[in-house]
Amino acid sequence: MTADQYNFAYLDEQTKRMIRRAILKGLAVPGYQVPFASREMPMPYGWGTGGVQVTAATLVPDDRLKVIDQGADDTTNAVSIRKFFERTAGVAVTEATTEASIIQTRHRIPETPLREGQILVYQVPIPEPLRFLEPRETETRKMHALEEYGLMHVKLYEDIARHGTIATAYAYPVQVEGRYVMDPSPIPKFDNPKLESPAIQLFGAGREQRIYALPPYTQVVSLDFEDHPFDPSRADYPCAVCGAVDSYLDEVITDDAGGRMFLCSDTDYCGQRQAAGHTGTEGAP
Amino acid sequence: MYVAVKGGARAIDNAHAWLAEERRGDRTVPEMTVAQIREQMGLAVNRVMAEGSLYDPDLAALAIKQARGDLIEAIFLIRAYRTTLPRFGGAQPIDTGNMACDRRISATFKDVPGGQVLGPTFDYTHRLLDFMLAADGDVPEAAMGDPAGDPVPHVTEFLNSEGLIQPEPESDAVPRDLTREPLELPADRALRLQSLARADEGFLLGLAYSTQRGYARNHAFVGELRIGSVAVEMDIPDLGFAIEIGEITVTECETVNQFTGSKTEPPQFTRGYGLVFGQTERKAIAMALVDRAMRWEELGEENVGAPAQDTEFVLSHCDNIQATGFLEHIKLPHYVDFQSELELIRKLRAQAKAAGQEDAT
Repeated sequence: MTADQYNFAYLDEQTKRMIRRAILKGLAVPGYQVPFASREMPMPYGWGTGGVQVTAATLVPDDRLKVIDQGADDTTNAVSIRKFFERTAGVAVTEATTEASIIQTRHRIPETPLREGQILVYQVPIPEPLRFLEPRETETRKMHALEEYGLMHVKLYEDIARHGTIATAYAYPVQVEGRYVMDPSPIPKFDNPKLESPAIQLFGAGREQRIYALPPYTQVVSLDFEDHPFDPSRADYPCAVCGAVDSYLDEVITDDAGGRMFLCSDTDYCGQRQAAGHTGTEGAP
Repeated sequence: MYVAVKGGARAIDNAHAWLAEERRGDRTVPEMTVAQIREQMGLAVNRVMAEGSLYDPDLAALAIKQARGDLIEAIFLIRAYRTTLPRFGGAQPIDTGNMACDRRISATFKDVPGGQVLGPTFDYTHRLLDFMLAADGDVPEAAMGDPAGDPVPHVTEFLNSEGLIQPEPESDAVPRDLTREPLELPADRALRLQSLARADEGFLLGLAYSTQRGYARNHAFVGELRIGSVAVEMDIPDLGFAIEIGEITVTECETVNQFTGSKTEPPQFTRGYGLVFGQTERKAIAMALVDRAMRWEELGEENVGAPAQDTEFVLSHCDNIQATGFLEHIKLPHYVDFQSELELIRKLRAQAKAAGQEDAT
């Protein structure tokens, strides 16, 4: 594949217009899942085809793109998607959150706060927050239309009755501007408070043919109960390399005798902190 | 000092190089050409064209070669290529009544105008491994007859002229395009058939088989199965009339199904319909059975809760490219989600242990 055989950012202009219309509709009705005619992409469904289509429709030639998977720029699929846009759009890329104009992500929101003018594109596997309570799309669309979210509250209540706490650790449901219940994609609930952001947030689900969006400064509330308030938990350690106590951590098994260490999942954040002289127990002196 | 695992880019490049070498296999064995696959693996080529929704035997053969014979992977290559193609317009509906049939059989009548033509079928072969093929056995040329030439009428039309089979309402409405619009449910029959035509053969086979075993049984007979080539015609706006732009081979299956009648309808037979690119008769028959099962509502039948009757279930899960993508994506990194679950389960266990100690005291 050479770049000049394909249109800018791979998709043809008509397809990009169709996707942009869906994005605009999504921004106009925050949290509402807009059906769109998702295309077959040259990577498999499940690898981020929704996010890739949203990014392709959003990119302009002077954008600077960052792609992360699990918070890291160097995970295989992040590398592959970044390469795809370098090749088909020829845009500049970066690993620095602050330098990126568009960030495509899978499963994380960067630790560094986003600012106005930035766009965060999420890859979404199952856009429907009610899907595992009701498998039928015809039913769940009705439930959203009627704002019938009792089933979700019952599920959360049953969690508390059974486990003493809400047993959802990622893809934790939120309600947008007091209206639509939305799946924030499988980010850890630690990231949920960051969903209220100055940046534009776009969610693309390719296989399920849905796009939804959060305009800047949209109110996003994680569902909870007065006596069981939402708790964005993280592992109770500092990052072993940069010493951060405010970042989400990956657990790495270091030997077969139960040895483990905790490291920032956001590799850019960790790197910036190390560059600024912060260090943890395993960091360079 | 701990150094995080890096090198995703290099690992990918190395994996691709190794894959290319594995695809080629032992270099002392001559490489297969695309033409060899197209000519000698014709049924695989047909399946890739049908489920890839692109009629191009050369590209399908290339995809099979590139995919190392993994047909779903080959179908994926074709689909991904297909989306990049510009649309010039829509063809006229093909006229299968004017098909030049290679094969045409009816299981419902011993003889019919146009005759029974077995064609190139495995049906009556004995499934004995032919070791001659392993030893470069060349095949003698088959005897040739004269082509019949006349149009071969559809068997169901004979039933239709007697009013014994439920007529299909004619319509000039332009059907929705599954590849250009999101699938919205409930789907009408045209859209359902469109989806089934590109659906996974194995999935449809299993569903169709389940209807035969009583999960929404609809007593299907193969009224007719025909395979052959049809002309594809397209209206050219500048000319003001349709011209033939090519010829494709398709398999068409019409089933004749039992139906007892209702308050408004006298007893009559009903139909299921299958139409697939290439010689793909297992798929076409399965498609017709599943089509018929999904028509329960329109025909006033009972929904017995069988999987094949559940249109939303069938249409949401019949596409193998969607299915394999989502199935296989779970091998991608999920450390972040898993970490959050780890923390949750540790917390729950700590709470349970603390509660247990409290109970004990």
